[in-house]
Amino acid sequence: MSLLQVKQVNLSFHSRKLFKGKDQTNKVLNDISFAIDEGTCLGLIGTSGAGKSTLGKVILGIQRPQQGQVLFQGYDIYNADKATQHKIRRDLQVVFQDSYSAVNPRMTAERIISEPLENYEKLTIGEQRRRVIELLERVGLNEKDIKKYPHQFSGGQLQRINIARAIALKPKLIVLDESVSSLDMVTQSLILQLLNELKDDFGLSYLFITHDIKAAFSISDHIAVLEKGELVEHYHSKDQFLSSKHPAVKRLRDSILAEHPRFRTITTRANMG
Amino acid sequence: MEANDRDILNVKDLHVQVKTDEGSSTLVQDINFGIKKGKILGLVGESGSGKTVTSMSILQLHDKKYMDIRGSITLQGRELNGLENKEMRKIRGKDIAFIMQNPMNAFTPVFTIGHQFIETIKSHTLLNKKQAKELAIDVMESVNLPDPYKLLKKYPFQLSGGMLQRVMIAMAACLQPSVMIADEPTTALDLHSQLLVLRLLDKIRSEYGTSILLISHDLGVISEMADDVIVMQHGRIVETANVLELFDNPQHEYTKKLLRTRPTLYSQEQPYTYML
Repeated sequence: MSLLQVKQVNLSFHSRKLFKGKDQTNKVLNDISFAIDEGTCLGLIGTSGAGKSTLGKVILGIQRPQQGQVLFQGYDIYNADKATQHKIRRDLQVVFQDSYSAVNPRMTAERIISEPLENYEKLTIGEQRRRVIELLERVGLNEKDIKKYPHQFSGGQLQRINIARAIALKPKLIVLDESVSSLDMVTQSLILQLLNELKDDFGLSYLFITHDIKAAFSISDHIAVLEKGELVEHYHSKDQFLSSKHPAVKRLRDSILAEHPRFRTITTRANMG
Repeated sequence: MEANDRDILNVKDLHVQVKTDEGSSTLVQDINFGIKKGKILGLVGESGSGKTVTSMSILQLHDKKYMDIRGSITLQGRELNGLENKEMRKIRGKDIAFIMQNPMNAFTPVFTIGHQFIETIKSHTLLNKKQAKELAIDVMESVNLPDPYKLLKKYPFQLSGGMLQRVMIAMAACLQPSVMIADEPTTALDLHSQLLVLRLLDKIRSEYGTSILLISHDLGVISEMADDVIVMQHGRIVETANVLELFDNPQHEYTKKLLRTRPTLYSQEQPYTYML
């Protein structure tokens, strides 16, 4: 049985213009079905407005779909009883793109990371502190950072704290919503490396939501492409993606920038070799 | 890339220090570069390496109370460093255009795009409102923005980030500046908008002969656009090279690290087969 199963999820938003009366329906997710197995990473790529983040919210239990089911370890997350929901929340964590707005600016790193521990595990103060330090060290920070506030960290460091908070309860699945998109290249590759290590260490599964195809490929086992609320393709290898004939995928692929100036397509210059 | 007379923009021995209560601290030092007409100079470096400080110094946007800018910045032979704010205002937007990372913050939300577009044109030229509007629409058409009349009536929040960035570039281009500084112009955009914005920058370069200082940490953007590249780290230039040379034969440790750590779609054994 897969860890997460998404079955025929449909979601539309309704809006009504003031004074114009007519209801407008905006279909955001259209008949989405997929599954994530334990210990694997599914990369979800698509342009902005494709519905990637909405799908992430549906999986996290924040946005109830009108139709369809989200099964986590076999339990329907929208129709489970309180105790089960409590248990599911522990195993389902999230890391967002904007690391600053994902933390409370008045909390120290220690309080940020110990929040999930306080909610789920009854630890003594000493034990809790030890766990926080362990987690900080696991994500590449150290004991000294425990008393620092969010503004004292760089974006990359703060994203590490968000990751530490997400892995504090040893979850099964982490939704990574554009988690590395706003970081510079070097930091980005370090965070991706960390995520890869954590995946192997804890047997984590990821849903990696991004518009960055290269980043998605460096971490994902499978790739799904979302276009205008529809899951258009699902791949098990890079080559499938690179040779796909689907127009949406082709468009995405054509927007990938050259990796070497020799293969540039936007600017062509006589003096370029 | 020696600094010489043919450069449109020339920066020589730039030092920027910030004054604090505990003495001054150096932000960037020994910055030397020049850009020739119609060329794109890429500026690469990690966050905090001084890329933005450098570009803000060129525009003299630092608060002189707290910042000490030394060295020479010349635009077509004219010294900019130390220029009165009044004089600088004539240059900003007209001779040197600036494109920011986040287009949402670059527009004011309370006026329409058209209002802001026309205001920019009117403050730098003698055109009246009607002529300014015509110019705005002309430029927007030439950069393939769909339906410019409608677009001018919209408010910034009604447009997507990619669209807004293209309007921003059209606005920057309409006065045909000799230099354009683009600070991470595509970082906040998705792949497809990124492509459109980069194409647009190239069009402006080839049509108006604008020299562009392109700041980015994305080596993809650099490899597509730049003619020459400077690499910054800890407030210093650590490497300056032609773009091909930089990718083929990086000299500095940091450049090598940048090239090594970037994610790639293609395995080392069969490089770039898809591109060929």
